[in-house]
This record gives sequence, C-alpha cells and structure tokens, in this order.
Amino acid sequence: MERRAIWYLLGFLVVVLAFVVSTALKGFYITLGAFLTLSILSFLYKDNIFYKAAEHLFVGVSAAYWMTMGFWTVLIPNLIGKLHPPIVRPFVPAIADQPANYFYLIPAVLGIMLLWRLSPKGPWISRWSLAFIVGTTAGLNFIRYMASDLLGQINSSMVPLVVLENGSLDTLTSISNIVIFLGVFCGLIYFFFSKEHKGAFGVGSRIGIWILMITFGAGFGYTVMARISLLVGRFQFLLGDWLGLLG
Amino acid sequence: MNRSFVRSILLLLAVTAWAVFAVAQDDTTQPAPADTLQETAPVAEAPAPATNVRGEDTPGDEGGSITVFWDQSADDTGIDAEGITVIGYEIRRTIDADNVPFHSVGFAAPGSERFEDATTSDDSTYYYVVVTASRDGGRAESDVIGPVQSSPQWFNTNRTNVFIIGLIISAAILYFIASARKGKQLFIRRIAGLEAVHDAIGRATEMGRPILYIPGIQDMDDVQTVAGVTILGYVARTIAEYDTRIDVPTSRSIVMSTARETIKAAYISVGRPDAYSDDAVHYVTDEQFGYVAAVDGIMVRDKPATCFYMGAFFAESLIMAETGNSIGAIQIAGTAMPAQLPFFVAACDYTLIGEELFAASAYLSNEPKQLGSLKGQDVGKLVAMLAILAGVGLFTLAQLTGAETINNAAQWVQDQFLLN
Repeated sequence: MERRAIWYLLGFLVVVLAFVVSTALKGFYITLGAFLTLSILSFLYKDNIFYKAAEHLFVGVSAAYWMTMGFWTVLIPNLIGKLHPPIVRPFVPAIADQPANYFYLIPAVLGIMLLWRLSPKGPWISRWSLAFIVGTTAGLNFIRYMASDLLGQINSSMVPLVVLENGSLDTLTSISNIVIFLGVFCGLIYFFFSKEHKGAFGVGSRIGIWILMITFGAGFGYTVMARISLLVGRFQFLLGDWLGLLG
Repeated sequence: MNRSFVRSILLLLAVTAWAVFAVAQDDTTQPAPADTLQETAPVAEAPAPATNVRGEDTPGDEGGSITVFWDQSADDTGIDAEGITVIGYEIRRTIDADNVPFHSVGFAAPGSERFEDATTSDDSTYYYVVVTASRDGGRAESDVIGPVQSSPQWFNTNRTNVFIIGLIISAAILYFIASARKGKQLFIRRIAGLEAVHDAIGRATEMGRPILYIPGIQDMDDVQTVAGVTILGYVARTIAEYDTRIDVPTSRSIVMSTARETIKAAYISVGRPDAYSDDAVHYVTDEQFGYVAAVDGIMVRDKPATCFYMGAFFAESLIMAETGNSIGAIQIAGTAMPAQLPFFVAACDYTLIGEELFAASAYLSNEPKQLGSLKGQDVGKLVAMLAILAGVGLFTLAQLTGAETINNAAQWVQDQFLLN
C-alpha cells in the first residue's frame, strides 16, 4: 500500500514538473490546453483522477458559461430590453431607443410560472408553461415538417422509371430513378404501423430496412472520417502548438 | 522633456489636420459614387429596354414586398450572342417619381423577368424602373411604373396544397383519436425494440444496478425530446413497480423539470409516491461535450445495467453508446436524427429508427391522443405512397409513349406537391 502511494506521489510530481517546464517554455494557456486534452484522452485507458478533474472542470465551467450566456443574450436583450429599453443602454445600446413592447410580458409571466415549481406550494403552475412550449412547438413543426419532409419528398420522388434519350434507353438515369422510387416507397412501407408486415407488404418492408441499413453504412463511414479529422486537429495542437514537432 | 512633448503633440496635430484636409479634398475632387449604372457607363449603344413592366404586391406574404415583372429586352438573347449582349437588369425605385431620384434596389440575371423587392414599407407607395444593361456599358431604362404598395395577406394561396394535406391528416388524426377514446382497439404493428424495454428493466432489477436514461440533448421544443420523455414515463412506471433505481442526467433545465414531473406522475400512478426522489433527475450542463464527459463518467462509475438513449442526439451519440457498450450494459436507443442512427445501430442492442421512436411513445403510453396521432400519420404516408405511385406511373408512361397529354397530367400531379 505504501509502495503504491509512493508511485502515485512520484507520478504526481512528474506531472507537476512537466506542467511547470511546459509553462515556462510554451506559456500557461497552451500547457493547460494540452494537459486537459491529455486528461480527457486518458479515459481511453480507464477512468482516472485526471479525467475526473477535466470532466468536472468542463462541466462546471460550461454550466456557468451557459447560464451567463443565457442571462446576457436572452434575458437582457430579449426580455428586459423589450419591456424597458433604456435600462439596458449600458449593455445593448442598439435597442435602448426602441419603444417598449409590452407583449413580452406574456413570456415573462410564463417564465415566472415555470420557476414556480421551486415553490413548495403550487408546483403544478409550471405545467402551464411547459404545455405552452410543447404545444406551440408541435404546431409550428407540423407545418414545417409537412412542407419539407412530406410534400418536398413526394415531389422529388415522382420520376420516370424508364428514361429514354433520343429513343434509346438511358440506363444510368433509369437505374438511379428506380433506386429512388424503391427506396422511398419501401421506406414508407417500413414506417407504416397500421398493418402487419406480412406477405407482399412484408417484402416491401424488408427491402425498406435493407435500403436504410445500406444508407446507415455509408453514413457511418462518412461521419467516422469527419471524426478522424477532429482527432487530427487535436494531435496537431499537441504535436505542433504544444511540442513544436510539426514544421 | 516637456518642450519635446509639446513639440510632438503639435506635430501630431499638424499631421492629423493635413490628413483630414487631404481626405476632404479627395472627397470633393473625386466623382461621387455612382448612384446608378447609367451615370457611370461609357457611351455605348444602348440595348432594347425591358417592356411591359408592371409591379404588384407580392401575394401571400406578411407585407413588406413588391414583385416587379417585365418582358425581356429584345437584345436578351443569351450571354454568347453576337452584337449587344445583355448582362442583366437593374431594378430602381423611388417614392416620388418627379422629385426624388431613383436608387438601385437590386439586380436580376439576364433571362429573368421578375424581381422581388423585399425591402418595402407597407406605409409607402413606390415607383419602379427597370434598367437593361449590356456588356459594353449600354443602358436602357424602361417606362416608370407606379404607384405600387405592399400589404400583408391573411392567407398564402401558394401554400393551399399544404393546407389541404394538413387538413386531411388533421381530420384523420381527430377521427382516430375519437375512435380510440370510444374504446376502439387501434392496431399498431409490433416494434422489435420495445419488447426489449421490459427485459432490460428486469435485468437491471435482478442485477441490483441502476438504469441510465438519456432523453437526448435538445430542449422540450424538439418533438424527439417529447417522445423520449413519454417513453421515460413508461420506463418510470415499471421501475417504480420493481423498485429499481433510475438516473436521468439532462442537458436542458426544462427537460429536467419535465422529466421530474413525468417520473413523479409515474410513481404516483403505481401508488408509490413516497419512493420518488427529485435526485433521480439532475441537470448537468447545456454544453454538448461537457454533458458527454459527465455521462461517460457516470457510466463507468455507476455501471448501469441498462442504458436508454431516447431523443435527439448529435456527435455525442457514438461516444455515449461506445462507453455504454464497454461497461456491458444493455442499450436501447431511439432517435430520428439520420446522421446518428448508424452509430446507435452499430453500438446498441436495439434501435428505434426514426418514426419508430414516436410510434413507441404512442404504443407504450396507450393514450388515445398519441395512438390517434400515429394512425393519422399513417394516413399521411398512405397519401404519399399513392401520390408517388401515380406520379411515377404517369411519368414512366409518358416516357414510353411520348404522349404530351400524359406528360402534362404527370406534371400536374407533381405540381400539386410543389413547395412555394
């Protein structure tokens, strides 16, 4: 047990020494960035004290950051600045001379109702605000999704399965159109919940899920490549900005 | 020292004064910036002007827009044409054709015959002129038109198709909701991932380990989060019966409030309000990767037996699902984010794909509203399938026969689903 403690102490001293030397050579912020990057990457080995420290720092800083951002970018300009513009002159001078808009009292009241759940009495009041948020969102999205995902998809899927170019068959376009039609039609069959997927309907459903899986495979490869580029970016920071090994 | 300082100040003032004077001189000697294309154009043969210019309030909008139409210049015969080549049209506007000079509000490409001026005020009237511009600098003004005024409309006739289809789907949803309320059994097909939910909760209970439930990283204004929280209600009812522990870290404060309400209602519904604790749901952070770091930490430290990921996810999906996989948890995911589905399919035991998430929400809750909504949406899919079949059939027939009538019919069907 004592031996283990000595190893921990030695490890800690090495880290502190590396941090001090790096800070002297490269500056504090680059060293801190490199240290936190390595701490997060250490999770690949296992959960450890460095990962925990980086995780808690990240969560704490980001939670505080979002709260501050919410206050200064939402509450100040979009609520207080609308109800009484002159009061925000030192922070948002652009809106200070605009006339007050008392319609913003409605979201103010809804916001206060949302906070009512902190009160020991009447926490049900917050449900009205939640219902308003969910209801209005559902209504707005209904039109948006119907226009873009339904009408747009139907319009784009109306293609001829056989394309003739100057009297002869345009094979590639025809195959492309057949894939589009089968993909959309069989995909719709797969997501049709009112009928058991048996017989011909079942065959269509199976084709639909196959097409989905092929699409997912392509999407997987594409996104993994994008993630690799993020990893490369981090290594460029470590090897280039921090250690100066890259030209 | 002081003398030198005063000298420096004087020198600085002299240089500044000279610079200001030089700039002022420059402004007065240089020609004023061109207000119109015509004033800067060298002498060149003018192209034929645009004709039949007319302006009208843009229909079906919320005001603030006027559309100007014209017939193309006779010289607008293509960018590679010989002779005079029209390079575009400049649209100019004024509020008083006699006393206020026209100014440019935009340009239209050669070959175009309309321009939407979306910078008007509904309180003013406007006059317009269309200037045809040629490559060699020639300019030709059309007749002045006006006055034209913009105004808002209550109904956007361009979106009538959206209204009709919305009406059909809404009517179907209302009909099915009414049917469900009357006690009619609405059939919904088996969804594979759902049957695993019960087993996964049972496994966590037997192992004495908690369940981790992630309702996505979006707010309650995302319908996927709503579906995720609804499924949480079902999961919470089961864990309340089994007395299993659940942990719901959230990345949005409103989701935290809603999840608490949902779990509390679930505990009350099974007669165990005393067993409910607000600690089951806790806010972490809005920051995407801060949230992921915390969830990963929870996973490796608490070692949940089952992980649910139900809602809207982005780049964090694979990180969480891989960590869950590494601790040997049963994982059930559901999302309608197309880019994240591949990761859940690869790393989880069961995945609810796209609309299956919403179907699962309706299936598990067994609420008439959700069941009716799901059935109504199936009517929408049926309409889509029939329309696609009709359109594809007509277009294919038109290709095979070469008949203009069939092609026109196919085009008409397609236009009914055109987005304006």
